[in-house]
Amino acid sequence: MINSIKELPAEELVYGSMACAGCGGNLALRLALKVLGKNTVVVTTASCLMGVTTFYPQLAFGVTCVTSVFPGTGAVVSGVVAGLKRKGREDVNVLGFVGDGGTVDIGLQALSGAMERGEKFIWLCYDNEAYMNTGTQRSGATPYGAITSTTPGGPNEMWENRPKKDMLAIAVDHGIPYVASASIAYPDDYIKKIQKAMQAPGPAYIQVLAPCPPGWGHATSQTVAMGRLAVQTGIWPLAEHEQGEFRFTHRPVNRKPVGEYLNQQGRFAHLSPETVSAIQADVDAKWDKFNSGCGF
Amino acid sequence: MFERKFINGNAAVAHAVRMIQPEVIAAYPITPQSTIVEKVAEFIAQGELDAEYIKVESEHSALAACFGAVSAGCRVFTATSSQGLAYMCEMLPYVSGNRMPMVMAVANRGMAAPWTIWGDHQDSVSMRDQGWIQLYVENAQEAFDTCLQAYLLSEDSAVRTPVMVCLDGFVVSHTDELVELPDLQAVQQFLPTYQPLYSIDPATPFTFSIGVAPDRYMEYKYSQQLGMDAALHLIPQISARFAAIFGREQAGLIDAYRCADAEYVLVTMGSVTGTARVVADKLRSSGLKTGVLKVRSFRPFPSKALVEVLSQVKGIGILDRNYSFGNQGALGTEVKAALAGNTAQQQIINFIAGLGGRDIKPSDLELMYQKIVQAVELDTVAQPVEFIGLRG
Repeated sequence: MINSIKELPAEELVYGSMACAGCGGNLALRLALKVLGKNTVVVTTASCLMGVTTFYPQLAFGVTCVTSVFPGTGAVVSGVVAGLKRKGREDVNVLGFVGDGGTVDIGLQALSGAMERGEKFIWLCYDNEAYMNTGTQRSGATPYGAITSTTPGGPNEMWENRPKKDMLAIAVDHGIPYVASASIAYPDDYIKKIQKAMQAPGPAYIQVLAPCPPGWGHATSQTVAMGRLAVQTGIWPLAEHEQGEFRFTHRPVNRKPVGEYLNQQGRFAHLSPETVSAIQADVDAKWDKFNSGCGF
Repeated sequence: MFERKFINGNAAVAHAVRMIQPEVIAAYPITPQSTIVEKVAEFIAQGELDAEYIKVESEHSALAACFGAVSAGCRVFTATSSQGLAYMCEMLPYVSGNRMPMVMAVANRGMAAPWTIWGDHQDSVSMRDQGWIQLYVENAQEAFDTCLQAYLLSEDSAVRTPVMVCLDGFVVSHTDELVELPDLQAVQQFLPTYQPLYSIDPATPFTFSIGVAPDRYMEYKYSQQLGMDAALHLIPQISARFAAIFGREQAGLIDAYRCADAEYVLVTMGSVTGTARVVADKLRSSGLKTGVLKVRSFRPFPSKALVEVLSQVKGIGILDRNYSFGNQGALGTEVKAALAGNTAQQQIINFIAGLGGRDIKPSDLELMYQKIVQAVELDTVAQPVEFIGLRG
């Protein structure tokens, strides 16, 4: 069991990727592969990470990678799992590494099928809360209030007016053995969750919040800071649902005001104090539910 | 050694799958394909086939799962029809572009709207340019035989291209016929175990299905054409080898029936071919020199073989059970293109019939021959594209 980032092997299994400076998604992938090791197949799909790692000749994976179609990643994962089983290689970790759009929107049907079939695989949704690869268009995982290129600001206030789709609850409702939220800003917590996912007897779903400097509108040096603030404000709780039991893996003692998170990002710069208050009220209501014993 | 069974085309395909022994099968139901994957499931349940059977939630996922399993080095199988094939469309060039061997049965059915479950070739013909080999069969026996040949073709190292085995919905898929099933040993002798060129192995990591820039993309597409060229060469050889082992003549790329001295030939695909032969025989007995040319391989398209048969024919009818709106039937376009530059004086009519499962009756086929004869006699074609059997 690796308990800390200090215990991770030095060897990089994704190296030379063309990701932006400060990319949260790249950090999520690097850490995950250090935990999973070489005995791993990555199935990836249309996303920033596919674009920056699988473009010949700059292939960045040190493990086998199968790139897949946007709506079908869950099914490709199933096919790889079945094929490896057939070849007597059930020891190989099969990791679906997919963005939020490829998970909660276009990839949801195939992922649902894979989760329902109960095959052993890990699905790692690196959640940067929009279609960043194509230029920051909104996805189902875009939070309320965010400006994206398809939910622009302006006098008609087209900014995102719907809450983030609750994919963690959807995963839990599939009855799979392991579901967790994670953050690149809490690597020790994230590392432990990857290991639990490896040991799960069936599908494991981890959604790791991965701040995106160009998409969120913060400095490249502030990726980890944004990840921390998301947790400290209670916007992104760190928790897991394991064999029917929900528990927090990190519980902020005194939640910071959401404004401290929102005000540092260009995508929320347009929000009025009233809207920030409304978002605070939503987060408070969510925590009231958590405190009364509700899980994801 | 063989046994004779009274089964339909879908069951014949399923029996072929039982003997081919794919390691992974992805199954999603759609009429008129469903009984293929049902029968395959039954074989697994009864212990007659040992395969992973992935119960996917859509056709798109059926092909995506096959894609994953081929990456892992497995022989795979799936089947679909119509809207299901359309739903798979995104996956088709992913499989062919990655040069993945695979066989998929397509029980042909018309495309909605209007909604229909009955047969025509619109579904697979509209997927013509997705890089798959397409073989059209005319009866249950040919469906069985072609499935076996399709795997050998697809897995050949020079071909490495996926194959659709297309059988007409209901007319072939659901019509019981006597089918000869060889014993397993003979099948295994014909079709060796699949040896993948590349497969997932953590000890030697690959990135499968890479992205490329404009400076490299065209070479990948050109290599697909080389695979098709190899298939064009190999299809007749595989058919000949099959015939030698199993004692049944095979069509290869095309089947020319009474075409050697024919003056009037109808070009067909699929189940209508048998009826066309009966009609050609009848017209022969009344003195007309009629023939039938079946196109079994629509992709690769056997232009050369076709021209060899048709170059001296006076009148040609091309029967399409599909339509390219705004132009003509797809087979019509292909045959005419193949004959471009042929110097013989010929009259060519493209007939559209049997859309959405409408019967093509012997009288319809007689009418087509009459129209060809008339065009030759008048030395002109009144209507180059004619719908036959429209309601008045």
